[in-house]
Amino acid sequence: MRYSGLRVIKEALTGHKGWKHAWRDVEPQVQYDYIVIGGGGHGLATAYYLARNHGAKKIAVLEKGWVGGGNIGRNTTIVRSNYLLDGNEPFYEHSLKLWEGLEQDINYNAMISQRGILNLVHSDAQRDAFVRRGNAMILNGADADLLSTETIQKRYPFLNVNNARFPIKGGLAQHRGGTVRHDAVAWGYARAADQLGVDIIQNCEVTGFRIESGKCLGVETSRGYIAGGKVASCVAGSSGRLMAKANMRLPIESHVLQAFVSEGLKPVLPGVITFGAGHFYCSQSDKGGLVFGGDLDGYNSYAQRGNLPVVEDVCEGAMAIFPMLGRVRLLRMWGGIMDMSMDGSPIIDHTHIKNLYFNGGWCYGGFKATPASGWCYAHLLATDTPHEFAKAYRFDRFEKGQMIDEKGMGNNPQLH
Amino acid sequence: MIINHPILGPRDSAEFTYMGDSALLDRPDWKATDALAQFIDYGYLRDNPAGPHQELWYHEQGDRSFLVVTRDTTTHEISSVKLARDVARSRGRST
Ligand SMILES: Cc1cc2nc3c(=O)[nH]c(=O)nc-3n(C[C@H](O)[C@H](O)[C@H](O)COP(=O)(O)OP(=O)(O)OC[C@H]3O[C@@H](n4cnc5c(N)ncnc54)[C@H](O)[C@@H]3O)c2cc1C
Repeated sequence: MRYSGLRVIKEALTGHKGWKHAWRDVEPQVQYDYIVIGGGGHGLATAYYLARNHGAKKIAVLEKGWVGGGNIGRNTTIVRSNYLLDGNEPFYEHSLKLWEGLEQDINYNAMISQRGILNLVHSDAQRDAFVRRGNAMILNGADADLLSTETIQKRYPFLNVNNARFPIKGGLAQHRGGTVRHDAVAWGYARAADQLGVDIIQNCEVTGFRIESGKCLGVETSRGYIAGGKVASCVAGSSGRLMAKANMRLPIESHVLQAFVSEGLKPVLPGVITFGAGHFYCSQSDKGGLVFGGDLDGYNSYAQRGNLPVVEDVCEGAMAIFPMLGRVRLLRMWGGIMDMSMDGSPIIDHTHIKNLYFNGGWCYGGFKATPASGWCYAHLLATDTPHEFAKAYRFDRFEKGQMIDEKGMGNNPQLH
Repeated sequence: MIINHPILGPRDSAEFTYMGDSALLDRPDWKATDALAQFIDYGYLRDNPAGPHQELWYHEQGDRSFLVVTRDTTTHEISSVKLARDVARSRGRST
């Protein structure tokens, strides 16, 4: 069934009785050509592009909980392509272009809103770094705009540009960046993949791999053994836990990142603002809540909840730069488990085990990557060669000394 | 989280800087024939378990000691805290 304005009117007039489930609820088959583990944004996008771009058949997505229950439904919905390094920028720009056409492609309203993102600058050194980044973006076909303090003040009159510690000295804007309704992305990809014949199997946890003579034959699950041609891990924060079942250690630590939503306000914030120096970033949802967050809690965790010192730190950052928020009440807060890699960049690669593939290491920035991650992972699975935009995302970059470390932090996952 | 420091007693974890898996105490021998492979492993690969995890916490805002904390990564519950010095000595890493 195609969604359209006309359809909404027709259904409204006929008591909304004609809507069908967005995707089928199916029993797992005994064998698939492709088994994608993890029904988050990346897994669903991978399955969709496998079917759409490569005409693959017999694809299953196995999800241990429900579609949208992982990080795809926990993030702060920001999309952008403002990266510096060659290994990253073409990939993220491809992703942003895919976002721009996504709703028409999958016939689903994902509320893609290119309201712009602004990174604040507080010092000469930071401005130099942002100018360099902006130039790298432009060279890769993205948009970047260095804003003066006056322009920023005009657009965001509530910002405290004279903060004693971090006065605002300008900012790097990407006007094509913005926000996307995160769970609609999961539902939209799930529905579109289902329409191309992909089986989306929820409540199906992968508990082990069947590996014989260095080759992966299939997966053990809470709903029985399923044989697979190619098995593709795509479980974000659970990567370490899952790949341990194939006796693999990864260049990844799992860390908790918290996010917050305030009570609903009238429109006050026309875009996304990041105050990196103060560990705070914020946007306003279409419902009116301010959606904001800060840094990782900073220790290994699989608990999906964080601790109070970070809450205090984030709120202090908010007050420093947005003093008008002083009386806003916090409505909800939660945590998600990040697959923090050793250089802050992801991995889309085959493993040393034949027919077993890996996608992970997305850190706190994998939502914006969803379309391109699915696109490139599907390409790798279907053709056994890395996609040109993801060719730097290999396991062996660590031993070769080819880290993609945007911030130059070294092999300390919690600092990326 | 409260970390029960062996010398100073219960301290707020916010006083500490987290330094990762305590396996980092076991720096490989640079003279070993497979030292390169061992250092790649040491530098970049982690067990990253869901469950009890032995990890290094540095008391940066306190007495500057390194601790080995055993903490469950699924509940954040801390079951043991030792001075890293003692742990390293017991493994023959230090005198
Ligand atoms: C608080 C927070 C804020 C964030 N903000 C942003 C942001 O503003 N912009 C941005 O770009 N990114 C952001 N991110 C990061 C982004 O959400 C993630 O990088 C991205 O969603 C990860 O990919 P995914 O959607 O496939 O993951 P998930 O949705 O987590 O999918 C993985 C799925 O695998 C399933 N799974 C796990 N183990 C198994 C198993 N054994 N068998 C079967 N299934 C299994 C899980 O249940 C889960 O559904 C944020 C994350 C958090 C937590």
